[in-house]
Amino acid sequence: MDLSLSTRTVGDRTVVEVGGEIDVYTAPKLREQLVELVNDGSYHLVVDMEGVDFLDSTGLGVLVGGLKRVRAHEGSLRLVCNQERILKIFRITGLTKVFPIHTSVEDAVQATD
Amino acid sequence: MATVELRFSALPEHVRTARLVAAAVARRAGVDESVLDEVRLAVGEACSRAVGLHRRGGVTGAVRVALVDQEKRFLIEVEDEAGLDTVPATAADGGDPDEDTLGLAVLTGLVEDLEVTSGAGGGLIRMSWPVSADALAV
Repeated sequence: MDLSLSTRTVGDRTVVEVGGEIDVYTAPKLREQLVELVNDGSYHLVVDMEGVDFLDSTGLGVLVGGLKRVRAHEGSLRLVCNQERILKIFRITGLTKVFPIHTSVEDAVQATD
Repeated sequence: MATVELRFSALPEHVRTARLVAAAVARRAGVDESVLDEVRLAVGEACSRAVGLHRRGGVTGAVRVALVDQEKRFLIEVEDEAGLDTVPATAADGGDPDEDTLGLAVLTGLVEDLEVTSGAGGGLIRMSWPVSADALAV
C-alpha cells in the first residue's frame, strides 16, 4: 500500500490527513509535503494519522523534522492518533513527550496549549 | 529447522516486501498473532537501517534477510554489506536528523532478544521471538 496525503485548512490550522504506510520508501513524500506547507507559511499543522496502517522510525524522523521546522516559526505540530500499535512506537521512543497527541481532529484544531 | 532467505538490492522500495515476507513466515512458524506487528516493524526497522547504511556509504550490494524457524524460537537475521565507516553519527544527506538513532531506539524498545553487530564487511542484526506452545503441539 502506498501513502496518501491530503490537506485542508481549518481556521488557522492546516490538517494533513495521512493514509497508508509511512516507511523508508514513502516517508520522503510526507517530508516534502510538510516542507512545502512550512515554506508556504503554514506553521500550525495537525497531522491526522487515523488512516495510517504502518509507521516506522523513518516516519517518526520526518515528523520530528516537521516539528523542528514549524517551531522555527513559532508554530505547532499536533498529531491525531487512537491506534495503539502506532502510539506504542511513539511511547518506546519517548516521543509522546515531544508531540501533543490528540484523539480527534476537532480536539487538535481547538487546542492552544 | 527451516529457513526462508531473502536477498534484495539495498533500495527503500523493497523493505515493504521484506516486512510482508517476514510476517508471513513468522505466522507460519507459530509466532503469536499479537507479536506479528512487532515482528513486521522490527524487520522493517532492521532493513531500513541496512538500506540507509548502504545509501549513505554509496555502497551497492544486497541486504540479506534470513527467517529461521528454530522450533522454540523464531530467529531473524538482517545482514548488510555496508562497511563500518558508513555507520553515521548524524544523517548528512538532507534527511531528517536522528533517523538511525530512532531506528535503533525502536528496535531496542521492541525486541527483547536483540543483537546488533557491525564489522568491516557489513553489519548484522539478530533478533528472535518465542514460538507459541500451541503451534508446537500441532
